[in-house]
Amino acid sequence: MSNDILVFVELQNGDIRKVTPQLVSAARPLAEARGGKLHALLVGEGIGELARKAATLGVDSVAVVEDPSLADYTAEAYAEAITQASKRLGAGALLFGNTSIGKDTAPRVAQRLGVGMISDVTGTISTGGNPIFKRPVYAGKAVTHVEVLESSFVISVRANSYPSAPAAASPAPIQSLAVAPDPSKIRTKVKEVVVRAAGKVDLTEADIIVSGGMGVKGPEGFEFLRPLAEVLGAALGSSRAAVLAGYIHPSHQVGQTGKTVSPSLYIACGISGAIQHKAGMSTSKCIVAINTDPEAPMFEIADYGIVGDLFEVVPPLIEEFKKLLHG
Amino acid sequence: MKIVVLMKQTFTTEARIELDGSGKPNDSKVKKVVNPYDEFAVEEAIQLVERKVAEKVTVVCLGPASAEEALRQCLAMGADEAVRVDSAGLEEADSSVVASVLAGAVKSMGYDLLLAGYVAVDDNAAQVAVRVAELLDIPQINVVSKLEVANGTATGWREADGRTEVLEVPLPALVTADKSLNKPRYPTLPNIMKAKKKPLEIKAPADFGINPPASKTRVVKYELPPPKSGAKIFKGTPAEAAAALVKALREEAKVV
Ligand SMILES: Cc1cc2nc3c(=O)[nH]c(=O)nc-3n(C[C@H](O)[C@H](O)[C@H](O)COP(=O)(O)OP(=O)(O)OC[C@H]3O[C@@H](n4cnc5c(N)ncnc54)[C@H](O)[C@@H]3O)c2cc1C
Ligand SMILES: Nc1ncnc2c1ncn2[C@@H]1O[C@H](COP(=O)(O)O)[C@@H](O)[C@H]1O
Repeated sequence: MSNDILVFVELQNGDIRKVTPQLVSAARPLAEARGGKLHALLVGEGIGELARKAATLGVDSVAVVEDPSLADYTAEAYAEAITQASKRLGAGALLFGNTSIGKDTAPRVAQRLGVGMISDVTGTISTGGNPIFKRPVYAGKAVTHVEVLESSFVISVRANSYPSAPAAASPAPIQSLAVAPDPSKIRTKVKEVVVRAAGKVDLTEADIIVSGGMGVKGPEGFEFLRPLAEVLGAALGSSRAAVLAGYIHPSHQVGQTGKTVSPSLYIACGISGAIQHKAGMSTSKCIVAINTDPEAPMFEIADYGIVGDLFEVVPPLIEEFKKLLHG
Repeated sequence: MKIVVLMKQTFTTEARIELDGSGKPNDSKVKKVVNPYDEFAVEEAIQLVERKVAEKVTVVCLGPASAEEALRQCLAMGADEAVRVDSAGLEEADSSVVASVLAGAVKSMGYDLLLAGYVAVDDNAAQVAVRVAELLDIPQINVVSKLEVANGTATGWREADGRTEVLEVPLPALVTADKSLNKPRYPTLPNIMKAKKKPLEIKAPADFGINPPASKTRVVKYELPPPKSGAKIFKGTPAEAAAALVKALREEAKVV
């Protein structure tokens, strides 16, 4: 029973987050090695439609917990619902995305279940025996291999670290679980939730990021980069210096004190490449640096570079991508 | 109102990471500091005292003797007292063990508000503070960029992916700091001198009646990322360089 694996399906803006099929592909070999089943768990209210969508993720079963106390996200209510659900399903291992919600809830669930947790996993080293996972430490300057010492555990996975599992041909069965947090035990009150940038590409999950630093010279500089992001379907990132200078909203900041991202393509425009910036993006699969200074440290970790003025390089770059992608 | 702040001593982010003979990070040459996120937590605690919302700030660290320098730094910023729980035998302990020791210590000290960083920049775990809250059975507001404390409740603004959550919890509660919470002060020379006389107690887990459990995860290997060979630079006019870059991204890197 406890050989089963549970994937937490995080919902955002009425959809399933992009990291979820990546969790499924991380979980499948673990389930096979343990001879267990793979469950997807959805938590919330009025989420029947999304449960049907989750049924095609490539899991063996979908479990749904619906309760008014779960309409608004709180770590307390979610941790309780997920803990109860995982016990009910007999799941021994739980996978979360290392998202805002994952960071808030997964350690609470791990502690409540009394199990170990490995956070910000970027790869699987082995699934047989005690599984071993890879994760970055020291601001990305080292990578560790971490072994789980007990059969029950929690991991949280960095977005874009695993490929997305292909959609299933036939949908998995859906079951509704009658578990609910005890309302008297939920002490957290949600006063307000302000949603920003709904519908836009989320930075931490973006496949491509176009990022700007002090080299863009002002808020107009980010407007200048925006068409490049749009042609690529990319999210806009920034350095901290650009945020502090008031060029762009702090939610765009990449780095040690900003978001950790791992896209397949990161285009750094006018970013010097300070260690604190690299800490948030060095696991990107392909890095492009555009900088007037040939000595800029960003070139040290970049795969490709153009030494030049971004205001001269970006317009022909947009034209080239347009030709390539939109014929 | 009494505030306890969890503080870990970490390497400076500028530090070069090297592995020693046993394959572990060699931290003997590395400069150690207060974990940057914990510095925000200490600053917030001191400001709450300055605003007369709280009376006392105790900083707690599980660590070796060398961590006392970081505790003195917190005292110099304005914390009232510090406790170092000795980590002898717990050098390799995982987050669940660290949390169980800290929860035991915090519980026996008493607190109304527990402040911490949301993540330690060395182990990048973001687990210990939340696990402590769970062990103490208190609510949390995690990764907070603005905090108000009044009438036995804490209200925190939390930047989550694509949204800002405003949450209210009754005290006692845990609040963990994000970078934009405040600007930590630099201790003045007189305050550095004063800090030398402030109480810094050294305890063992057993002093709080804690027998640390066994770790549930274990680091089996550290690796340094392979050095990148340097970027392939495209030369020529901007148009030529852009064309060559896009071609390489399509044909070589296969990312577009
Ligand atoms: C505790 C701490 C945490 C930090 N956290 C972060 C973090 O999370 N994220 C982060 O980014 N930083 C962080 N920093 C700040 C970091 O150290 C750097 O100061 C910052 O990343 C620099 O931003 P930048 O590259 O945009 O600016 P600069 O270093 O000023 O670089 C600007 C670059 O633009 C180039 N340039 C100028 N004009 C042009 C042009 N026309 N075309 C092309 N290139 C041009 C320049 O050659 C230069 O390389 C942190 C610092 C500390 C101390
Ligand atoms: N050894 C420790 N002593 C005191 N506080 C700690 C310790 N380890 C972690 N913490 C606290 O828990 C937070 C998260 O740490 P971590 O889970 O290691 O990323 C830190 O910012 C500290 O506030």
